[in-house]
Amino acid sequence: MTDTHYDRAPGDASALPDVEQGTSSGVLVYTIGLALAVVLTAMSFWVANTSLLWAGGVSLGLTVLAIAQMGIHLVFFLHVTTGPDNTNNVMALAFGVLIVALVVVGSLLIMADLNDNMMPPAELMNLQMQH
Amino acid sequence: MNIAVAVDDEVRHEARPSASEAGPTTKRIVVGYGFWIFLLSDIVMFAAIFAAYAVLAHATAGGPGGVQLFNQRSVAIETGCLLASSYTCGLMSLAIGSRRYAVTYLAALVTFVLGAAFLALEVREFAGMIAIGASPQRSAFLSAFFMLVGCHGLHVTAGLIWLAVMMAQVAIKGFRATVERRLLCFSLFWHALDIVWVWLFTVVYLMGVLS
Amino acid sequence: MNLLGKLNWSAIPFDQPIIMGASGGVVLAIIVILSWVTLKGYVPYLWREWLTSVDHKRIGIMYIVLALIMLLRGFADAIMMRAQQALAAGGAHGYLPPEHFDQIFSAHGTIMIFFMAMPFVIGMMNFVVPLQLGVRDMAFPTLNSVALGLTASGILLINISLAVGEFSKAGWVAYPPLSELQFSPGVGVDYYLWALQISGVGTLMTGINFVATILKTRAPGMIYMRMPVFCWTSLAANLLIVAAFPVLTATLAMLLLDRYLGFHFFTVDGQGNAMMYVNLFWVWGHPEVYILVLPAFGIFSEVVSTFSGKPLFGYRSMVAATMSICVLSFIVWLHHFFTMGASANVNGFFGVMTMIIAVPTGVKVFNWLFTMYGGRIRFTVPILWSIGFMVTFVIGGMTGVLMAVPPADFQLHNSLFLIAHFHNVIIGGTVFGLMAGYNYWFPKAFGFMLDERWGRASFWCWLIGFYLAFMPLYALGLMGMTRRMQHYDVASWQPWLVVAAVGVVVILAGIVSQVIQLVVSIRDREKLKVTADPWNGRTLEWAIASPPPAWNFAVLPQVTDVDAFWKKKQRERTQAQPSKERKFEPIEIPKNSATGFITAFFAVVTGFALIWHIWWMAGAGAIGIFLTMLAFAFRNEEEIKIPAEQIAGFEQARHAEIAV
Repeated sequence: MTDTHYDRAPGDASALPDVEQGTSSGVLVYTIGLALAVVLTAMSFWVANTSLLWAGGVSLGLTVLAIAQMGIHLVFFLHVTTGPDNTNNVMALAFGVLIVALVVVGSLLIMADLNDNMMPPAELMNLQMQH
Repeated sequence: MNIAVAVDDEVRHEARPSASEAGPTTKRIVVGYGFWIFLLSDIVMFAAIFAAYAVLAHATAGGPGGVQLFNQRSVAIETGCLLASSYTCGLMSLAIGSRRYAVTYLAALVTFVLGAAFLALEVREFAGMIAIGASPQRSAFLSAFFMLVGCHGLHVTAGLIWLAVMMAQVAIKGFRATVERRLLCFSLFWHALDIVWVWLFTVVYLMGVLS
Repeated sequence: MNLLGKLNWSAIPFDQPIIMGASGGVVLAIIVILSWVTLKGYVPYLWREWLTSVDHKRIGIMYIVLALIMLLRGFADAIMMRAQQALAAGGAHGYLPPEHFDQIFSAHGTIMIFFMAMPFVIGMMNFVVPLQLGVRDMAFPTLNSVALGLTASGILLINISLAVGEFSKAGWVAYPPLSELQFSPGVGVDYYLWALQISGVGTLMTGINFVATILKTRAPGMIYMRMPVFCWTSLAANLLIVAAFPVLTATLAMLLLDRYLGFHFFTVDGQGNAMMYVNLFWVWGHPEVYILVLPAFGIFSEVVSTFSGKPLFGYRSMVAATMSICVLSFIVWLHHFFTMGASANVNGFFGVMTMIIAVPTGVKVFNWLFTMYGGRIRFTVPILWSIGFMVTFVIGGMTGVLMAVPPADFQLHNSLFLIAHFHNVIIGGTVFGLMAGYNYWFPKAFGFMLDERWGRASFWCWLIGFYLAFMPLYALGLMGMTRRMQHYDVASWQPWLVVAAVGVVVILAGIVSQVIQLVVSIRDREKLKVTADPWNGRTLEWAIASPPPAWNFAVLPQVTDVDAFWKKKQRERTQAQPSKERKFEPIEIPKNSATGFITAFFAVVTGFALIWHIWWMAGAGAIGIFLTMLAFAFRNEEEIKIPAEQIAGFEQARHAEIAV
């Protein structure tokens, strides 16, 4: 089995897992990640509760913050980067995200459309129009 | 310190074959990658349950909805616990890499306690909801809520059991290659659970209290 | 509290003679086979060499054995249905009461898709892919064994349902509200759900295993564009497994929660939404059919190029077509429920996407045709199956594109036209492909060929029988006959159904021919013996002995081209090299493990207990699985070392054999 520097296990911080990157730099990476995640979480809670923002944009804002926080986790905790040694891992992740998007967005659109085409409840139907 | 790690290898690129023609790769990479694929499948499963939740989010059948039921303080504490446990899990990974037993056990213990605290709060929330009649049998919305959040909680529970077993393995077998690979998989699992929680608290709890 | 939950003696249908006869026959057969195996002393051999094996070749063969057995059961269901429909015209009621008929069509679909086609495809991939990649085993051998065990558990559960309790009457798709507790209060739907959930876990494990194997373990030099096309289609199919099966798991789990804990996902009360089940089910369901057919496409690519004596035409476009089918299969699923009431825009979008997905498939068909064009075709049994596929599958594909037009589908949905279409593509595509692969790779697996004459007979019976059995169904669908009818009033339908029944008898002759083929081949195996390369093959599996040794390759091959073995043979022909004394290194191969078998046992216990509400037994089974995992996790030795002398001895004996 050849040791190549073009391949890395997901979650491993360096191409050579047994080389010490220096624990202090490792701790720094995790700490920065934690700090950023805490900030983003606090922002999410604030966005959801504040009256300072236009109500229509709150959901979008929360989604953007969630995506950002997911990115922080991927980069700082899971060490997923765009380097050539990480290509397989990123491709797999992208495939997963694609499927998730198709399933969730597809299902939501379809179900909303189906529900719209359901017969309205009796009270809303103008029964006198039928002759 | 750099975050994008491949940079320092540039000089040696030409000497090594590319990953796709070098033959079978190391066991650590194979195991890590296989587990990564499993995690993606797990996330697709969560996506399907998420989709069901989103479709049924307003199907309260005349019963209570998110606005009435969700306690943001409790959710904030749960989020803090899980996020912190992800951090301590990262510290544990570093300790494993440098073969430090005491730090590994300590970090694992803190991770476990934080995870258990998360679960305790969640169980308390569920019990409280059921006590006031907001059980999953009440409406489709509550069914979807309990399944989505409950599924995540079950994964956390499985993770805690796994962590305990892994510490037993470290104690008995030491930092063997197989044990290290399994610990790599555990840390992937634990971080992924926190990512799922980010989406959970955003979509279910935070969006659920907007009216 | 009742110690046995809902289980009591009334679970056995003593009042239904057909079921009692079938169950009795199966039980008798099992007793006879187990007794013979035990008395002949084969049990230690079977345990050591097969049941605890983690070797991908053995596991692949066991999957296929399971599939062939379930083919017999699923086909028996088919015969019963055709007979019933041929008889029950006008006022006649046939011989199958509706309650029984409903279980039969539900079992037929469930068995054929989940417990015949899937294991057959997975078994084929298991045997062939590591050999074609030039490696020694799958990425996760013990996981492979567990996956096989869980599939076997699902099979055992669905077979138990024949004798103990009942099976689902809600069709192989189990739509609510019919499948909810209110309308299906018995254990039938529970058998269906647990059999699928348990085997579904196994299938997901397989998907992960293959994706990791194909992407991370290949022979040195085998870049992606030098992989055999069968490996590309296996990659695509397994990516689909990993992406789609979790959705099925989630959906069936929701139905289970509705049935067991009174949740309201799909119920009429509580504002549940039954349409959501249909949507989520088919998010899985459509990729599933591509999981079934893509490996078959791969088999055809291998067979057609080998027996035309030419490299596959358009390798790059084949790869592109395969991967685009992989992605496109996730954006067509609504065509399974055009009539559920979505608006015209939504229906139109999915109609167009469905038509688009036919394009890469067409590219593949043309590539096969161009491969054959200008080649010297050897009309062996595998290529007969391939040619049969090309004609049959194209017809089935065309009727699919026809139904992709929503207004047409409004007429044809759930009619026999639909039934004819999907049998056309599944039988013409998947089944014919698997039969071609079975005949093609059998000599590699066992060291002797399958009898050619009986092989031809089986092909012609299947082909003619298929057309007789299913072409009338297209006509019937257009005449308005819906699916799943236990009896009908329109007398003019009966002649067509009689023809279809005759067709099924001809297919039966085909299956019987295959059984005879196997028996005759085993009987004559000395005469039919082969060495490594009986077909003048092009890919790496033909470079090693038949059957291959446990370690597959004594030395991992260095790959420089597509059709790696063909290149090697050409080089050896042009540069006659004296065989040099090769130095062998000891090889480590994974150790056998009982994990798979024991997990399977506990999975059956847990599944059966959950079906019959025997809660203590379900808990015990779950704990058993956990303890089995622990035992595996704490084992100390994972590999055994094959000494270099053993390898050298094997290779020398093989060369001596070829030289003769």
